[in-house]
Amino acid sequence: MMSGKSFLQKSGPFLLVAPLFLFICLFFIWPLGSVLTQSVSDNAVARLLPETAKVASSWDGESAPGEDLQAAFVTDLRAATDEQAVGDMVRRLNSAQSGFRTLMSKTLRAVQETPEGLIDLVALDRKWSQPQYWKAITDALSPTTDRYLLAAVDLMRNDAGEIVSQPPEQTINVAIFGRTFWISATVTIFCVLLGYPYALLITVATGWKKQALLAAVLLPLWTSLLVRTAAWFILLQEQGLINSALMDLNIIAGPLALIFNRTGVIIAMTHVSLPMMVLPIYSVLLTIPKNLMPAAASLGAHPLRAFVRVLLPLSFGGIAAGSLLVFMSAIGYYITPALIGGAGDQMISSFIAFHAQNSGNWGMASALGIVLLVVTIILYAVYDRLATQRERSA
Amino acid sequence: MKNLFKTAAFGMFALASTAFIAGQANARDLTIVGWGGVAQAAQSDVYFKPFSQKSGKPFLEESWDGGYGVLQAKMKAGAPNWDVVQVEAEELALGCADGLYEKLDWDKIGVKDEFLPEAVNECGAGVYYWSLAMGYDGDKLKDGPKNWVDFWDTKKFPGKRSLRKGAKYNLEFALLADGVKPAELYDVLSTDEGVNRAFKKLDELKPNIVWWEAGAQPVQYLASGEVSIAAVYNGRVTGINKAEGKNFKLVWPESMYAIDSWVILKGAENKDAALDFIAFASQAENQAKLPLKVDYGMPNKKAAATIPPEIDANLPTNPENLKEAIPLNVDFWIDNSEALTARFNAWLAQ
Repeated sequence: MMSGKSFLQKSGPFLLVAPLFLFICLFFIWPLGSVLTQSVSDNAVARLLPETAKVASSWDGESAPGEDLQAAFVTDLRAATDEQAVGDMVRRLNSAQSGFRTLMSKTLRAVQETPEGLIDLVALDRKWSQPQYWKAITDALSPTTDRYLLAAVDLMRNDAGEIVSQPPEQTINVAIFGRTFWISATVTIFCVLLGYPYALLITVATGWKKQALLAAVLLPLWTSLLVRTAAWFILLQEQGLINSALMDLNIIAGPLALIFNRTGVIIAMTHVSLPMMVLPIYSVLLTIPKNLMPAAASLGAHPLRAFVRVLLPLSFGGIAAGSLLVFMSAIGYYITPALIGGAGDQMISSFIAFHAQNSGNWGMASALGIVLLVVTIILYAVYDRLATQRERSA
Repeated sequence: MKNLFKTAAFGMFALASTAFIAGQANARDLTIVGWGGVAQAAQSDVYFKPFSQKSGKPFLEESWDGGYGVLQAKMKAGAPNWDVVQVEAEELALGCADGLYEKLDWDKIGVKDEFLPEAVNECGAGVYYWSLAMGYDGDKLKDGPKNWVDFWDTKKFPGKRSLRKGAKYNLEFALLADGVKPAELYDVLSTDEGVNRAFKKLDELKPNIVWWEAGAQPVQYLASGEVSIAAVYNGRVTGINKAEGKNFKLVWPESMYAIDSWVILKGAENKDAALDFIAFASQAENQAKLPLKVDYGMPNKKAAATIPPEIDANLPTNPENLKEAIPLNVDFWIDNSEALTARFNAWLAQ
């Protein structure tokens, strides 16, 4: 009886957090782990060509390979019966060397027709005499690869295995990462500039005015992101409300280009993110004693000086929390740039989605995700460092 | 402040996971996936609904805008939620080589002899021939463009252009605009210089291009005046002329044509019903009804022979329209679609 009770007492806290722990493992640690594995794993070729892998090292990589490598390759192809696995291998090889797909369908047909003995691959197709096709195979025999991670930052390995940058017409990811962080930073700054005065206004307002001001922040927050973005689509378009209103008031002669460009993306993203800035600042401003500003004034401080020296430092925590929330969520924006932006305003998540959904290249999608995660963690570490330093010095 | 951040983060997590769990579905009816718009509406009337009545089982229809990667990703994610899909020619070849599709039992389909040879594939059965051609509003442009050189000429024909987003077709059009002869088109495109030349030509037009993905978009852009010339599916143009009384024109010379096919995704839940459906949609008496509703050419010769001449005049398969049209080189795209798609996407995002 006693021991049972002490067991419950001991394990009670663990049992209480167990669901949470399970939840984190299932929805955070496990997916993250599988994303990590995806970004470096490359076994589509290796798992089907074990014999080839054994003799691959004997090949000099220069001329057409000897009979043993060709024979091992044919043996492996005969043993490979899982059509989908073969398809994965062909896809992987074709992405390394264009032309592999037609070559492989020819070869696979020949392998099916000749179940025994050697096949003269070179006679079958002249491509087999060219070393680059064999190089594509031997390069793909290692079960892990850094090609996706390198490609995620516009790098690649050349024939000698050195890391070099990709040809300029293919480089894209570094620019997209830069664009993603730049848009997020701009949105964050606009959110601070708009959100701080607004939060201050809510703090000083009373009665129904305060409720109305708060509702103006909360209602959009409770509305679906898609709906808010679609609303901006309607407002910003060429014949939209904003342009027609400005034209009716004779402020502008022709419609402003507000949609399918950066301006539209910044406007819509700022509006969508604003509640995440206003609420943290507001919650901090509430805790600052109301009599501090009059006290500063009574000591002769100009209102502006009192604001800069008293209110702003005290509310810095709210600004920092709001900025962090806005910036971090802005990095992952997908739907807003997709609807409001042009081809040159898409952020990294749309490219991750492209690789995951529209090209089936999960390795690349994972690698981009990993790079994004790492950069974000570094930025967070820098922020944390700055914040603690500030706290210490304060 | 930190608490707030944490609460917000957990809230979003919880939300995301509920959405994920709610997304799981039960057993599903035969799902047929076409390309939407007028064509799918017509297919629904002459194939989907009659087939469903005949078999006594309900069906689901969805639409997509193509892209081999979409199918690849679907298959990679496990059991596909589509059964029959209408794919383009190179998607058929790619997926068949990669083992994404079921092999078709042509004995069960039963009309192999009636089909044109290129419409018969071990993984696919021909749906229809279609063209991607220049379209413009005949009321706005009296003397319209004649070829792709005109399409690129924004002085002669002011206004924006609309092209189908993707490498396929646009590289061809760019080379044609750059003076390459149709007969040499794919020889030029098979070289690195040729590809560079095509992208350089696309660069010229890039600021004036509005990209479309769904077939309905370019005709909308033409109707609203957002663009003055667009590359469009031929059936959409005659479709909007019929439905809304427009006077849109098609330019058949230098248009490019290809055939779409029905495929069954590998391991699809309703693959037997899917094959029955393909057999139904391949019969001459059923195929003969489709061109009466939308202007695409039929792969079943017996069906094609019954089409009234006034309708046949608008089909991509009409000899008059085929005279200067260019067939899509499927083999070229089988080998190069991945590399060129990657380059096109990089080019687009720059």
